[in-house]
Amino acid sequence: MKSANIENKTELLIALAGNPNCGKSTLFNELTGARQHVSNYPGITVEKKEGITEYNGVSLKIIDLPGTYSLTAYSIEELVARNFIVEEKPDCVINIADATNLERHLYLTVQLLELGAPVILVLNMMDLAQKQGIKININKLSKRLGIPVVPMVARTGQGKEKLLKTIIKFCSETSKHNTSMIPISYGPDIDPVLDKMEQIIKQNNFMTDLYPARWIALKYLEEDQQIIEKGDKTNKEISSSLKQFSKELENHLTITLDTYPEAIIADHRYGFISAVLKKDVIHYSAKDNAKELTDAIDKVVTNRFVGPIIMVAILYTVYEFTFKYSEKPVEWFELFFSFIGAKVESILPAGPLQSLIVNGIIDGVGAVLGFVPIIVFMFFAIAFLEDTGYLARVAYMLDRIFRTFGLHGNSVMAFIISGGIAGGCAVPGVMATRTLRSSKERIATILTVPFMNCGAKLPVYAVIIAAFFPAHHAKVMLILTLLAWLIALTMAWILRLTLLQGPPTPFLLELPTYRLPTFKGLMIHTWERTWQYIKKAGTIILAISVLLWAMMTFPGLPREQQKYFKEKETLIVSTLGKNQEEIKKQLEQINKEKKLAIFYNSYASRLGRAMSRVTRYCGFEWKTNVALLGGFAAKEVIISTMGTAYSLSDKTGANIPLSERLSKDPNWNYVTAWAFLVFVMLYSPCFATVACIIKETGQYKWGIFSIIFNTAVAFCFATLIYQGSKFVGLL
Amino acid sequence: MIIPMRLMKEHQKGIIRRVRATGELGRRIRDLGLTPGTPIEVQGRAPLRDPVAIKVRHFRLTLRNNEADYIDVEVEDNGS
Repeated sequence: MKSANIENKTELLIALAGNPNCGKSTLFNELTGARQHVSNYPGITVEKKEGITEYNGVSLKIIDLPGTYSLTAYSIEELVARNFIVEEKPDCVINIADATNLERHLYLTVQLLELGAPVILVLNMMDLAQKQGIKININKLSKRLGIPVVPMVARTGQGKEKLLKTIIKFCSETSKHNTSMIPISYGPDIDPVLDKMEQIIKQNNFMTDLYPARWIALKYLEEDQQIIEKGDKTNKEISSSLKQFSKELENHLTITLDTYPEAIIADHRYGFISAVLKKDVIHYSAKDNAKELTDAIDKVVTNRFVGPIIMVAILYTVYEFTFKYSEKPVEWFELFFSFIGAKVESILPAGPLQSLIVNGIIDGVGAVLGFVPIIVFMFFAIAFLEDTGYLARVAYMLDRIFRTFGLHGNSVMAFIISGGIAGGCAVPGVMATRTLRSSKERIATILTVPFMNCGAKLPVYAVIIAAFFPAHHAKVMLILTLLAWLIALTMAWILRLTLLQGPPTPFLLELPTYRLPTFKGLMIHTWERTWQYIKKAGTIILAISVLLWAMMTFPGLPREQQKYFKEKETLIVSTLGKNQEEIKKQLEQINKEKKLAIFYNSYASRLGRAMSRVTRYCGFEWKTNVALLGGFAAKEVIISTMGTAYSLSDKTGANIPLSERLSKDPNWNYVTAWAFLVFVMLYSPCFATVACIIKETGQYKWGIFSIIFNTAVAFCFATLIYQGSKFVGLL
Repeated sequence: MIIPMRLMKEHQKGIIRRVRATGELGRRIRDLGLTPGTPIEVQGRAPLRDPVAIKVRHFRLTLRNNEADYIDVEVEDNGS
C-alpha cells in the first residue's frame, strides 16, 4: 500500500492510535516533549495534536489520533482516526496497548490490520504487567500478528529508544512489508460471502485506490454508513449488489443463528485475539496487585453511603484549591493591567484614542485575562482527577440523577466547575464538557452550565444582599445555589425534549485502574487549555471589548453640552490664574463630570432607557439595564456600571456606597432585589463564555442562542417574581 | 440458568451468553469486549443502584441497568 524510503524522505509521518486510558498521551508527550501543536480537525471539535521529534537525523512528525476503542463510523473520533490513516497514509501507525489489559486493547489492533495500516504495536505499562505477574512473549506475539512489537513504560520513557529505532527500520522496509490484511477467519457463514464480495470489488476496482478490497466487503457486512455512502457515490450498481450480499447474509443469520453479521464479525475478532494470546504468548500468574488496590479503593470511594460524602469532600477541595491559590495571581493580573492602563493614560493625551486603548482594549482584555489563573488551577485539579481515574467514578455515581434530566454522568464536572458550588467559572466549565462524547448531551450541558453561580456573580449578590437582606447572607446564597441547580437541570431537560431531542447515548464507561499521573502530563494538559483560552482573548474577545467600549462612549456629547464644559474649563483657568494645583484639581473634577455626561448620552445608556419599556415588567429601571448590558463584558462590571449610573443621576453628588444608595432608592425594594438577583443569575453568559461556547460547539449559532435563550429565561423568571408579588399584594 | 445482567447480585459471577443489543449500543458493548463466552463479575452498584459496575477481561466497566438488560448471562445460581 505504501512505500517510504528514508534516503529521499526527510520527514516521516507517524500516527499514534490506541484506546482511551492506554497511556497514548503520555507516550506522545514523551516523544515530542514541548514541541507540540493543538488544533481542531476542520469543521469539527475533535482536537488534532501534532508534534515533531528527531532521531538519527530523521525528523518524525507525530499525530496523536483521538483515543478510540474501535474504528467504526459511529463516532466522530473514530471516523477522524480512520480517515486520517486512509487519507494521509502515515508511514507507520503506532498502536499503543495496555499490557495489563491486552485482550481488549488488541481489538483495535485487529481493526488497524484489517484496514491494511502499517502497524507497530507498543505494549505500554510493562512495569505494571510485571508486577501483576503477567508474562508476555514479545517475539511470539510479534510473529503471530506479523508486526513489530515494542515493550515500553511510557511514564518513565523506558523503551523509547527501541521504539524510535523500530520506527526508522520499519519505515525503511515498508516496501518489503506485506501490509495487506492478515487472514482473519470470520467463520463458515461469513468467509465465503466475503470472498465473493472481495472478488467483485477487485474486478471493478471499486474504491480500491483508497481501501483494501476485503476491508470494503467487511464494512458492507457491518453496515458501515460512511463506506456505503461513499460506495453509492462511486458506483451505484456495484454498491447495491454488495448490499444485496449483506442483506442475504443477514437474513440467513437471523433465521439460522438469531444473530447478525456485525456481532459474528466481532466475535471472530475476539476469537482471533484469543488464538494469538495462547498460553505460550501471555501467561497470568500470582496476584493482581494494582488491580486489587483499585478494587479496594473503589470499595470505599464508590460505597453507597461513604462514596457520596467522599465525593463532596473531594470536589470541595478542588474548589478550595483553585480559588485559594488563584486569588493572589488574579490580584496581580488586575494590578498589572491597571498599571499598564495608568501608564498609557499618562503617555497618550486624553481623547478618543486614549479612551479606546485604556477603557476598551486594556480593561476588556484585562478582565478576560483575569480568568487565566483560575483556569490554570482549575484545569490542573481536573486533569489530576481525570488522569487518576477518579472522574470516571464521579460519572458512575451521579449518572442516575443526570440521566433523569436528559444529561449524562460526564456532565457533572462541567456543572460543578461552572459554579455548582457557588464561585466557579463557566469558561472552564464549558471547556470541561469535552469528556462528553455525544453532541446533543454535550450541547445541552454547555448551554445550561452558565446558569450556575460563577465567581463573578458573587460580588453582585453581595451588594444586593447587603442592601436588602443584610441579616440573611448565607440563607440567600443557599437559596440562589439551589435555584441555579434546579433551573439549570430543568432547562437541560426542556432542551433535550425540544431542540436537542434524541435518545440517550450509551453510558458504557471504562472505570480505569487508579494511577498516579505524571507531573509533566498534568502540566502539558493544563497549558494546552490555558493557551487556547488566551488565544481567544486576543481575537474575538478583543473585538467585543472594543464594541462594548464604543457603545458606552459614542456618540459623545451634544453641541450645547460640549460648549458648557468648554466654557466651564475656560472659566476655571481664567479665574484661578496662577494656582496651578487648584486648576488641575478642578479640571479633573470637570473631566469626571464630562465622562459621566458622555456615558449618560451613550448608545448603551440610550439602549438601557429603550429597554426599560420591556424590563419594567420585571421592575428594572434604565440604570439597571445599562449595568446589565455592561455585565455582558464580565459580570463584575454590573456593580461598577451601576455605581456609575446611580452616582451620576444623584443630583446631590453625595459619595455613598452603592448598596446604601439602592436601599434608599424608591424604585428598589426587596421584591425588585429578588427579581434582580435571579435575573443576574440566569441572563446571557458573559462574552468570554459565549466565545467558549462558539469554540466548543464549533458553531456561532449556539453562542448567539445562549445569549438570547438565557436572557429570555432570566426575563421570564424575574417577571414571574415581580408580577407574582404584585399580584399577591406584596408590593 | 440464564438471566439478564440487570438481575445479577453484587459479586455474582457468570458467563455472557448473548448480547441482544443492535446499533450503536450493540457496537459499544462489543468494542468493550462484552461478547458471548466472556466471564464477568458484578462489582457493585452506584449509590442509586444504577449504573452497575462489572469486571471483565482484566478491567472494570460500568453500564446502565437498561443497557445491562440486553446482555444475557449464565449464572450458576441466582442466590435465591
